[in-house]
Amino acid sequence: MDHPVIELAGLSVRFGNRDILQDLRVSLTGRTIGLLGPNGAGKSTLIQTLLGFVPLSGGSASIFGHDIRQQTRELRALVGYMPENDAFIANLTAVSFIRMMGELAGLPPEAALERAHEVLFYVGLGEARYRLLGTYSLGMKQLAKLAQAIVHGPRLLILDEPTNGLDPPARIRMIRLIKEMKDTGSMHIVLCSHLLRDVEETCEEVLILKKGRIVHYSNLEEERRANKRFVELETVGEEKDFTGALTAMGCECVAAGFGRIKAVLPPDFELREIYRLAAARDLQLRRLNYRRDSLEDIFLKAMET
Amino acid sequence: MAVYKRTYAAYQGSFTPAWSRFMILPRYSFARLWQSKFLVMFFMASFFYPLGCVGYIYLSNNLSILSSFGLPAPAGNFLKVDSSLFLYFCWVQGAFAYLLTAFIGPSLVSPDLVNGAMPLYLCRPFSRAEYIVGKMSVLMFLLSQVTWIPGLILFAIQASLAGWEWTMANAWIAGALVVGMLVWIIVLSLIALALSAWVKWKIAAGGLVLGVFFAGAGFGTALNNVMRTQYGTLLNLTQVMYTIWSQLFRVGPTDGISARSAWICLGVVCTICLWMLVKRVRAFEVVK
Repeated sequence: MDHPVIELAGLSVRFGNRDILQDLRVSLTGRTIGLLGPNGAGKSTLIQTLLGFVPLSGGSASIFGHDIRQQTRELRALVGYMPENDAFIANLTAVSFIRMMGELAGLPPEAALERAHEVLFYVGLGEARYRLLGTYSLGMKQLAKLAQAIVHGPRLLILDEPTNGLDPPARIRMIRLIKEMKDTGSMHIVLCSHLLRDVEETCEEVLILKKGRIVHYSNLEEERRANKRFVELETVGEEKDFTGALTAMGCECVAAGFGRIKAVLPPDFELREIYRLAAARDLQLRRLNYRRDSLEDIFLKAMET
Repeated sequence: MAVYKRTYAAYQGSFTPAWSRFMILPRYSFARLWQSKFLVMFFMASFFYPLGCVGYIYLSNNLSILSSFGLPAPAGNFLKVDSSLFLYFCWVQGAFAYLLTAFIGPSLVSPDLVNGAMPLYLCRPFSRAEYIVGKMSVLMFLLSQVTWIPGLILFAIQASLAGWEWTMANAWIAGALVVGMLVWIIVLSLIALALSAWVKWKIAAGGLVLGVFFAGAGFGTALNNVMRTQYGTLLNLTQVMYTIWSQLFRVGPTDGISARSAWICLGVVCTICLWMLVKRVRAFEVVK
C-alpha cells in the first residue's frame, strides 16, 4: 500500500506558552508540494518538526508512513534537506563537504566521493568543486546546499526557501533544477517559500499556512482547471451586437460602459473567437486583458480567511 | 551516472552500518588538523619527555653502563622505576594533553555552530550523541597518543627489562595509568567541546579552555585563604586531577581535598559540560 508523502494528524507545536503550529491535519500525496505562507506562518517550524528537530506538543505526523517520533532515523535516511540559512562546514572544499555529507547519510566513502562529483556537476558547481566553501558567493552556497541535500538520493527533498537571496538568473537556474528533479520521478519535493512564483512554477499541490494553521490546501492543477477564465476588453464601436454574439457562444458578459466589457469565458473557449467576432462587426479592440485565477488569487483569498 | 550527462539519478548502492558513522567526523577533522605545522611540531615535541623516560628506564635497569663511562654507581632510590615515575609521567604528559586540547578543542564544534552546519548533520541518520562522540573521539584519539599509549609502552619496556616478577607486582600501575589518563582526557575533551559550543569565537574558546584551569586555580587559592578552608581546591582542576592520580598510583595523600571529593568534583564538571553540550548541539536555535 502506498503511503502519503506527508500525513499530518492534529500536529501541534508549542514553544513556551506560544502555539507555533496548531492542529494541522492534511494528507499530501503530490510529487511537488508547495508550502506557502507569510513570514512567521510556521512553514520552517513545520519542516523542522517533520525532520524531528522540534518536539511535538500534540498529534502526530508521518513521512512515507514512518512516524516522525518513533522512526526518526529511518525517516532521515529518506529525506534530503536544504536549510534556509547559510549552512556549510568551514575550511572544506565543496567536494569534501558533499562527500562528507554523503558519508554521514550512509554512503560508503568511494561512492560518496563519486556522488559528490556528480551532484556538483549536476547543480553547476563542477568547475568550482575544489574551492573552499567559505569563498563561495551566496548563489553558489545555495547550490552547494542543494547538492548536499541530494547526494544520497533521497526519496523526499525538502527545500526551505531555495531561491532566497538569488539574483534572477540564479533563481531561474534553481527553479530549472527543481523541475528537472521532479521530472526524473525518483523523488518527491517539498518547497517551502513565501515567493508565490516559485511555488506556482514548480508545485502540483499547495498548502497555505497562516499563524500556525492550515488555511488552504489545494491541488494546483485541479484548481487551475476549475477556475474561471476572464477577459477584460476595451472596445470602440457598437458593442451590443458583439456582447450578444459572445453570450451566444456561452460567455457571461458584463458591459461596464464606455466600451468596456468583462466576459467570463466558458471551458474550451478559444480567444481567437473574440478577434473573429470583433472583426466581423468592425469593432476596434483597444485592449484585451486575459487572466485566470492565479496562485496569487488563491493565496490572497486564503489570507482573508 | 556519468559526470558529463549532468542529469539527476538516485543512489542505488549499499549503505554503511549506522554504528560506524561517528568515525567519519574524526577522519575529516584529522585531515584538516594535520595541515597545521604548529600542531605537527607540538605533537612531536610532546614525545620528548616519553623518550627521556625510555632512557631513564634503560639506565635504571642497566646501571653497569654508568661505570663504563667512569661514573659511580648511584646509591639508594636513585633511578628507581616505581609508581612515582608514572605519576610524574602523567603530570608532564597531562600538561601536553591540556595544551593540545586548548589548541584543537575550540576548532571542533564552534565552526559548525557559527556556519549553521548543525541542521546538515542532524537531518541525516546521525544523532546528537553521535555528533558529540564523533567530535570527542578526535580529542580522545589524539590525546591518547601522547598520554596513556606512550605510558603503556614505557611500562612494557620496563616490564621487559625488569622481568616477570616486577611486572606481576606492578601490573596495577598499567591500570592506574590507563584509567588516570582516560579520566583526564574525558574531562579535557568535555570542557573543550562545551566551551567551544558556547563561545562560538574559536580564539576566545581556546582562551577560555586555558582560563578555566588558571582562573580556577587562582580563585580556588584565594577562596582557601579568605575562607580558611580547603574546598577552594575543588576549583583547581589540575590539583583535583593530581589528587586522583595520587590515589590511583598509591602515592602518599596530597594536601587539601580527599580523593572522594576529587572524583565527585570531576563528575560534577563532566555533568555540567554534557548539559552545556546538549543545550547547544541541536539543529535549531531558540531565540527568546
